[in-house]
Amino acid sequence: MNVEAIKSIYFFEMARMRRTLLQSVISPVITTSLYFIVFGTAIGSRMQAIEGVSYGSFITPGLIMLTLLTQCIGNGSIGIYFPKFTGTIYEILSAPVAMTEILIGYVGAAASKGLIIGLIILATASFFVDISIAHPFVMLTFLVLTAVTFSLFGFIIGIWAKNFEQLNIVPMLVVPPLTFLGGSFYSIDMLPPFWQAVSHFNPVLYLVSGFRWSFYEIADVNPLLSLGMVGLFLAICLSILGWIFHTGYRLRS
Amino acid sequence: MATVFAGDRGSGRLVKKSERNIRSGRDGFKERAAYIGGTSRKSNPQRPVRMAPVVSIQNLTKTYGNGFEALKGIDLEIEEGEILALLGPNGAGKTTLISIVCGLVNPSGGKVLVGGYDVVRDFRQTRAMIGLVPQELTTDMFETVWNTVSFSRGVHGKKPNPELVESVLKDLSLWDKKDNMLRELSGGMKRRVLIAKALAHEPKILFLDEPTAGVDVNLRREMWQVVERLRENGVTIILTTHYIEEAEEIADRVGVINGGKLLLIEEKTALMKKLGRKQLRLELAEPLKNLPVSLSPYNLTLSEDGAALLHEYQGEEGDGSIASLLSMLQAENIHFRDLSTRQSSLEDIFVALVGEQA
Repeated sequence: MNVEAIKSIYFFEMARMRRTLLQSVISPVITTSLYFIVFGTAIGSRMQAIEGVSYGSFITPGLIMLTLLTQCIGNGSIGIYFPKFTGTIYEILSAPVAMTEILIGYVGAAASKGLIIGLIILATASFFVDISIAHPFVMLTFLVLTAVTFSLFGFIIGIWAKNFEQLNIVPMLVVPPLTFLGGSFYSIDMLPPFWQAVSHFNPVLYLVSGFRWSFYEIADVNPLLSLGMVGLFLAICLSILGWIFHTGYRLRS
Repeated sequence: MATVFAGDRGSGRLVKKSERNIRSGRDGFKERAAYIGGTSRKSNPQRPVRMAPVVSIQNLTKTYGNGFEALKGIDLEIEEGEILALLGPNGAGKTTLISIVCGLVNPSGGKVLVGGYDVVRDFRQTRAMIGLVPQELTTDMFETVWNTVSFSRGVHGKKPNPELVESVLKDLSLWDKKDNMLRELSGGMKRRVLIAKALAHEPKILFLDEPTAGVDVNLRREMWQVVERLRENGVTIILTTHYIEEAEEIADRVGVINGGKLLLIEEKTALMKKLGRKQLRLELAEPLKNLPVSLSPYNLTLSEDGAALLHEYQGEEGDGSIASLLSMLQAENIHFRDLSTRQSSLEDIFVALVGEQA
C-alpha cells in the first residue's frame, strides 16, 4: 500500500477546499440557511407539526442530505475530472500507485468535505430550529455511508464525463429533483397512493427517511431497509469502479 | 543531504568550438565541431563495457481502439547511464512507446522490463524508478510551484523531503518562484517545473518527451546542461525529439522510429561515421572555366561561378583521397586561397532514412 501517495492526494484535494473556502463551504451554508429562514421559520411556523415534529425540524435531515449529495458528487467528480481536463493526470497514472489507492485519496477527500459541510449545516440548523438526535451513531453511520457512496458515484461521473456539461448533468439535473421528490420537505404519507408507490423507486427517499429516523424516530420506510439500500448503492458503485479499473476505461487507452 | 545534481553545476563538460552551430547555406551541411580535449565521453569512441540494460523492450506492439497500429514490434535495450535520443516524425510512435514504459498506456503485445521488473505486473517497482516529463505543458494552474513539486514526490510514495525539493528547485532556477502559482509562470518556467516534478522522487530513469518543443535557444542550452548534470549522477535519460540538433548535441545513442518501427539504433558517433558524407570545399585563387581532365577520377564539381571546387567523399575513406587530390591540384598548378570541410548532419542521415522507408 502506497500510503504516502494516498496522503498526498488526500491533502492536495483538501488544500483545494481551503483555497476555495467561499465557494465550497460558505456558499452551501448560506443556501441552506435561506431554506431554513423561508421554509423553517417563515412558512414552517404556519404549518402543522408532522408526527409531532415541527416542520422546520422535520426538513433538517432532508436539507442536510440534499447538500451532502450535491457536494459529494460535485467534489468526487471534479477531483478526478480536473486533472483529466488539464492533463496533469499523467502524473498519477505514471506513479507507483494502484487505482484503489487513487480512489481512496480522491474519494476520501470528497467524502470528508461533504461530511464537514453536512456537520456545519447541522450546526447552522440548530440556530433556527429545535434539533434532537435520537440515535447519534446511526445518524453518523448514514452520514458517512452516504458521503462515501455518493463521492464514489461522483468519481465515476468524473471518469465518464468528456466535458463540463456532462460533468454537471447529474449534480444539477438529477440530484435536486430526486431530493425534492424524495420526501425531504414532506412525508410521503401526504401523497396520493399512486405517487407514494412511485416515490419508492426514488433512491433518495431511502436515504432521507433513514437519516430522519436517526433524528426523530419517524420514517417513511423501515430504517433497516434504508440502510440496506445505502449498502446496495455502495456495492453498485464499487462494482462499476472495479470494471473501470479493470478495463482502464477512459483512463488508460 | 542528498541532492539530485551533485555535479559541478554551470560548468558544462562539453566545450565546443564557438562556430558549432553555424548553418552553412541550404545544402543541409553543417560546420562540424570537434570536442576539445578528451573529457567528454561522447568524444571517446571506446564506450565503457556494456552494462545490463536498465530498460528492455521486447517485441512491443500497440493497436489503439480505433484500429491504429502505433507500434509494430519494437525491440530496444537501453543501457544504464546513457542518453538515448529517439528521433522520428510526428505520429511515428515515440510518445506511445514512452507512455507504455511509464504506464500511461496499456501495451497490446510484447513486454517491457525496467530494472528487471515487468511494467504491467510490477508497476510499483518500475514506476518508482521512472520520472516522466510529458510533451504538453500540463500544470495545475492554481497550485504553487512548491506544492506541485512536493505532491509529485508524495504520489511516488516518497516521504516528504523539503531539502531535496529545495535543491531540485534551485538547480532548475525555480527557487525564487516557489510560492508563485503555476499560471503566473512563463512557458519556459512551466517546462522546468515539469522537470522538477519528474525529479522530485529521485528517479533512476528520466523520460523527456519533446523537452525543448517551443523553448527558446537559451533555455534549450540550459536544459541540455541539466540533462548533462543528471547523466553525471548516473541517471539514464531517454528523450524524444524532432530537433535533430538536440540528439546530435547530447545523445550517446540515436534511435530512429518511423511508422511504429525502430528503423535503426546506433552510437551517435558511429552512425555519423558510417552514414555521414563529407564535403571538401576549396576556394580557388582564380576561377576555372572547366575541370582539368586529370581531376576526373575525383568526385569533383565546380561551383557555378567557377570560384570553388567541391569534393564529396564518404567519411570512412577520408584521408587518402584528399591528400592525392591536393597533390594533383598542385601538379595542375591550381591554387586555392581557403579550404573547409563539412560533414553531413544527423538531419541529412535522418531524412535519408525516413525517406527510404516511405
